[in-house]
Amino acid sequence: MTNRSIVTLKWFVFPACLIPLGHLVYRGFTNALGPDPVATITHRTGFWTLYFLLISLAITPVRCLSARLGWLIRFRRMLGLFAFFYACLHLLTWVWLYSGFSVQAMIQDLSKRPYIMAGMAGWLCLLILAVTSPMFVLRKLGGKRWQRIHRLAYVAAIAGVIHYWWIVKSGVLTPWRVTAVLTILFLARIVWTIREQRRRKLRTAVAA
Amino acid sequence: MKRIDIPKIPSSEITPQSAYMNRRAFMAGAAGAAALATPFLRHMAHPQAVEADTQKLATVPSKYSSTGLQLTSFNDITTYNNFYEFGVEKSDPSHNAWRLKTRPWTVKVSGLVKKPKTFDIDTLLKLQPMEERVYRHRCVEAWSMVIPWAGYSLSEFIKQCEPLGSAKYVQFLSLDNPQEEPWIRQVDLHWPYSEGLRMDEAMNPLALLTFGLYGQVLPNQDGAPIRMVLPWKYGFKSAKSLVEVKFVKNQPRTTWNESAPNEYGFYSNVNPNVDHPRWSQKYERVIGAPFWKARQPTLMFNGYGDQVAYLYKGMDLRKDF
Repeated sequence: MTNRSIVTLKWFVFPACLIPLGHLVYRGFTNALGPDPVATITHRTGFWTLYFLLISLAITPVRCLSARLGWLIRFRRMLGLFAFFYACLHLLTWVWLYSGFSVQAMIQDLSKRPYIMAGMAGWLCLLILAVTSPMFVLRKLGGKRWQRIHRLAYVAAIAGVIHYWWIVKSGVLTPWRVTAVLTILFLARIVWTIREQRRRKLRTAVAA
Repeated sequence: MKRIDIPKIPSSEITPQSAYMNRRAFMAGAAGAAALATPFLRHMAHPQAVEADTQKLATVPSKYSSTGLQLTSFNDITTYNNFYEFGVEKSDPSHNAWRLKTRPWTVKVSGLVKKPKTFDIDTLLKLQPMEERVYRHRCVEAWSMVIPWAGYSLSEFIKQCEPLGSAKYVQFLSLDNPQEEPWIRQVDLHWPYSEGLRMDEAMNPLALLTFGLYGQVLPNQDGAPIRMVLPWKYGFKSAKSLVEVKFVKNQPRTTWNESAPNEYGFYSNVNPNVDHPRWSQKYERVIGAPFWKARQPTLMFNGYGDQVAYLYKGMDLRKDF
């Protein structure tokens, strides 16, 4: 893919990522958020955080399938930042709609409820990722260090999935789908790392 | 936070009757045109088509009715339900409960009674004058509604059952019929759905044996044809589609308590001071309110403390939650 077509494609992907929010806003204006709009907003923003996180995590393994898919990397940061964007909206539902901006209520919730702690931990990971996402930060940190920090994306996804499991009623199995996707991504990552290590060993053996 | 504004208008006028009357008129026309339309076919045409069959229930006013509350719309009351026999999503029961056959229907009275009996639903409908009672409804999931129920005090029914002195608890059992409620096979709960009350709680006049809402017989998804309503307890205590009332000596098994005893107690009185392990019970989301003003403080015993607090005197409600 040429640089130009990537830039053009970005002009389509960016607004596409805003569709879930647009849909929520549209439903808000047409009074179509359902009987429990607070729950609808909370669930939708939560789901889309996880979806964007998983999509951005899928980019590396998908790239490895073919050299021709290398350009996908150019979209990873944008998708990751959208995950953070929806995570912020999700957090805002808790701060505003559930806690009514009461710091005391939030501290109580946070200290008592493991699922909120998990969610908060996930959001903090995403915050670190977002802050360190600009190019100049990467240059400043150096590629190796930056990459190590950005493994936090996996921690964020794990925290998000745990957060989801801990809020559903016992016996409800709806989080299994995101869990399965995350597991596959992890396995792909492991397989790839092992293969790389073997190849490197082989190369050093040949060189010797 | 401010409560939502409460217009002082009689319930009959707030009801968006026109909205659903129009639809019912339309459905009636459609049904007439297609003379062969079965409930199933009409369900296919519109999920709430079963409403077209609903009958009016004549009610008298009740001194136990809560006043000055804004009623939740008929539409929200009938499309936002927890009724796991018809699926776990809130909208599932309104789509699936048409399978429930509410005639013929009997309620068995068993256990520690003078003589076991079986009441026909049509007998129960005529047993006492039907009262309209507007009650707050608080779900354990921290949302709430205001519903104009139709029914009479459970105590009136219990008198007809002639329980023995040894009966200390009442157990309510819901229909357990996978033919009509296929989700029973999928949901991992101990069926039939079982709930219970201490005898003195059951005799409290607020405990309502319920047959209707908004002046008509209960829609299937709301627990037709007969259910309990216990406004001072979390919603799940009010068992739906009752087929048996049993008088027993010991505290009966209750479904959600069996499923997660640390989350759902036997008493399950609405109590803003005792949190659910996974969320606070201090506030509730008012169903149907816009999202920016849906948050409302939850009241002790859901606001019915004057009528029921005496039942729990001397009890530690943190332990017996």
